[in-house]
Amino acid sequence: MTVAPTNADLSIDKGPAGAQNKATRKVNFDIKSSGIYIALALLVVGFTVATGGDLLAPQNLSNIIVQYSYILVLAIGMVLIIIAGHIDLSVGSVVAATGAFAAVMMVDWHLAWPIAVIVTLIFGAVIGAWQGYWVAYFGIPAFIVTLAGMLLFRAITYMILGNKGIGPFPDEIRTLANGFTPGFLNNIALGPLGGADLFSIIVGVLVVVALVVVQWRARAARVRYNQAVDPMWLFTLKVAGPALLVMFLVVQLARFRNLPWVLVLLAVLVVGYTFVTNRAVFGRQIYAVGGNLQAATLSGVKVKSVVFWLFVNMGVLSAVAGIIFAGRLNLAGPTAGNSFELDAIAAAFIGGAAVQGGVGKVVGAITGGLIMGVINNGAGLLGWQTEKVMLAKGIVLLAAVAFDVWSKRRTAGAK
Amino acid sequence: MTDTILRMSGITKTFPGVKALQDVDIEVRRGEIHAICGENGAGKSTLMKVLSGVYPHGTYEGDIQFEGEPCNFSGIRDSEHRGIVIIHQELALASNLSIAENIFLGNERSKRGWINWNETNAAADELLRRVGLQEKAVTPVVELGVGKQQLVEIAKALSKDVKLLILDEPTAALNDDDSAHLLNLLRGLRDEGITCVIISHKLNEVMGISDRVTILRDGRTIWTNEIENLTEDKIISGMVGRDLEHRYPEHEPTIGEEILRIEDWTVYSPTQPDRALVRKANLTLRRGEIVGLAGLMGAGRTELAMSVFGRSYGVNISGRLIKDGKEIHARSVREAIDHGIAYATEDRKRYGLNLIEDIKRNVSAAALSKLAKGGWVDGNEEFKVANEYRASMNIKAPTVEAVVGKLSGGNQQKVVLSKWIFTDPDVLILDEPTRGIDVGAKYEIYTIINRLADEGKAVLVISSELPELLGICDRIYTLSAGRITGEVPRAEATQESLMTLMTKEEQEVAP
Repeated sequence: MTVAPTNADLSIDKGPAGAQNKATRKVNFDIKSSGIYIALALLVVGFTVATGGDLLAPQNLSNIIVQYSYILVLAIGMVLIIIAGHIDLSVGSVVAATGAFAAVMMVDWHLAWPIAVIVTLIFGAVIGAWQGYWVAYFGIPAFIVTLAGMLLFRAITYMILGNKGIGPFPDEIRTLANGFTPGFLNNIALGPLGGADLFSIIVGVLVVVALVVVQWRARAARVRYNQAVDPMWLFTLKVAGPALLVMFLVVQLARFRNLPWVLVLLAVLVVGYTFVTNRAVFGRQIYAVGGNLQAATLSGVKVKSVVFWLFVNMGVLSAVAGIIFAGRLNLAGPTAGNSFELDAIAAAFIGGAAVQGGVGKVVGAITGGLIMGVINNGAGLLGWQTEKVMLAKGIVLLAAVAFDVWSKRRTAGAK
Repeated sequence: MTDTILRMSGITKTFPGVKALQDVDIEVRRGEIHAICGENGAGKSTLMKVLSGVYPHGTYEGDIQFEGEPCNFSGIRDSEHRGIVIIHQELALASNLSIAENIFLGNERSKRGWINWNETNAAADELLRRVGLQEKAVTPVVELGVGKQQLVEIAKALSKDVKLLILDEPTAALNDDDSAHLLNLLRGLRDEGITCVIISHKLNEVMGISDRVTILRDGRTIWTNEIENLTEDKIISGMVGRDLEHRYPEHEPTIGEEILRIEDWTVYSPTQPDRALVRKANLTLRRGEIVGLAGLMGAGRTELAMSVFGRSYGVNISGRLIKDGKEIHARSVREAIDHGIAYATEDRKRYGLNLIEDIKRNVSAAALSKLAKGGWVDGNEEFKVANEYRASMNIKAPTVEAVVGKLSGGNQQKVVLSKWIFTDPDVLILDEPTRGIDVGAKYEIYTIINRLADEGKAVLVISSELPELLGICDRIYTLSAGRITGEVPRAEATQESLMTLMTKEEQEVAP
């Protein structure tokens, strides 16, 4: 994805205290937190070789993003819930229920699509509030509440749809889910790569510029506050890597059919939620609640309210995923979203979230989701059967969490 | 004739940085009730854990002889096999299982893995009769009060053919009737030939029930004596008669006006709503003053502090909080913090810190809004603030991005204090601020406490260590069984006078 690993991804080991102003930090690359990025890179390389380059072909790259976008949206909400020490098993059913409700409003009632979308998001929020109430204020474990929710909201889906699919959706919804940004400007020739959309390329360049500026300003602020910063070569590397990745992705997409709208939406969500988790008071309280519930309570954090709003947030994101998924199929069906919760939960855990809570990252969950997306897609290109794909995903999930537990035990022993 | 059933000699047990027991000798005679007395932290529980195999053979030095045979227990099963059973202060019953199931838990009446319920329940009924508990063996334990649960524990011990029964503070959570019944039962067991070792803070009970008393202080045996030769005063002077080994920084207080008054404060237990943990307590705190709160385990110190701190403990709390002459209502922790009250917990790992986060995020945790604009935290400002506390509190860590779980106890405590000082409180309640930290760090903490008082804050220090309270406080309240039993200026306080007030039995004062 387009977001670079933050500074916290590196374990910092400054020399003895009292060093002079220009403290340069000794870099100790922490394999624990960078492991998933390496794993994703290895998977991409492996499948690219195995498929003779088809994995990274313009059209396929676009497919991975569009096909997996709704899981990634769910993974963002899920990782927050897991950080707080809870779980949500109901998201698949909520995707179905919200998608069905949106379809009824748009297809049967002929409501204008913007109104229908807003009402659907509110519907998602209400579902989240329902579950958040039982978990946060009534004190029922989230596992039970959302297991019940899994049944309840699937039942509601059937009640809304009456065992049949509803479609087709308005063009705008289909474009959001399946479509691409229009080429406002002409194509340009990229030598041997052929033609590419100039507008997409410009967007890509702007994103890269923004990335560099934001990182540079953050570094400058850290220097002003006498905080340790990476040496310049490493800083350059850490900015150049993601920048190249973004440009590669954008160029490939521009060569196919411009930027998928869901990618734009996803990028906005990832950037927004990364900021919330790192910098917002609310985001920091999520980590406090998951890290030590009692300590958070005794520090004046309104623990119940934090958990409640997390579930509301999950409901809204489920509604977003519900609209995208239904729009992509151009049909709201009663079995939509089956087992999405498992993919979203797996994405969060592969991405480094801890079962005990208190640990996890939005970018990590997205990476975890992409790992599974790449396995799905690459396996599809290679013509693997379903059981082989499931096998691979199961092993990756177990390996990721085993690695996490192992590295934690090792650091505890080294203490 | 004296028949020694247990002889522990030269027991030394070391934890990293602390000698919990040092060359302890104790001898228990067959068929007696032997009381062990000492302050909190004197080493009583550690000694019993050594005896029962919780700390296995090889982790301590010294020799244990039980019925003339050496004991090399590697776990609690070994000691139970020999007839030594310990009943801990916190009862360890599975609350949803029946009385009979609890009695025979891990020791089931069974044949080839299948439980014989008739035999189980019949044997349980017989044991219940012996301990005088009129309940059916199939009653779930959850339906019993604490007093009856205590009896189930004893029945469980009897089922294991106990020869030496150890009770750690058996009556701490019991009301008077249940206590009297329990003590009678122990006398009955003694007459059946079962030896008892009882750890107790309640000196009237010790005087009433035991045959001999051993005093532990600072991990050492002080003396053992027959009850006929003893008085409560003699026991108290044995428990506290220590030289002031620790040094305390000099401090000349400048005491200002009253800042917080606690009036008629009453708190009930959340698990036993009819039991008052704090009863009509009245306290006054003034600017620049360090006030101590002394009390033995179970006296209600932490309960008092936490209930004042935004009602974070207890139910049916009544009473008034008057701050700067005006009544305030602190119904949640947030409100308490906003009213300028801070409470640093006695258990920093469980209740005070997020151990997986770094120093700066722990320091900012209780006052994050001070670092935020419009809901967004300024990470650089946070770094700066944390760094200032690292310097001023002398937190020994390479950076403020070091994970708190890896710091030493003293440094963790400094992080907790930094967190609360950053909320800019007027009143700081410090619950056991030096528990589990080494002598050097203690001195630093005392210096910090003095500095806070000099800044015009009121500090309430709760501590089990009387010398500590005498060393740093300007005035000391004593708490016994939930009641304030005394208020002593530092100049008049001695360890003996405080201990007398702390063990004073509740007296109904005429209204």
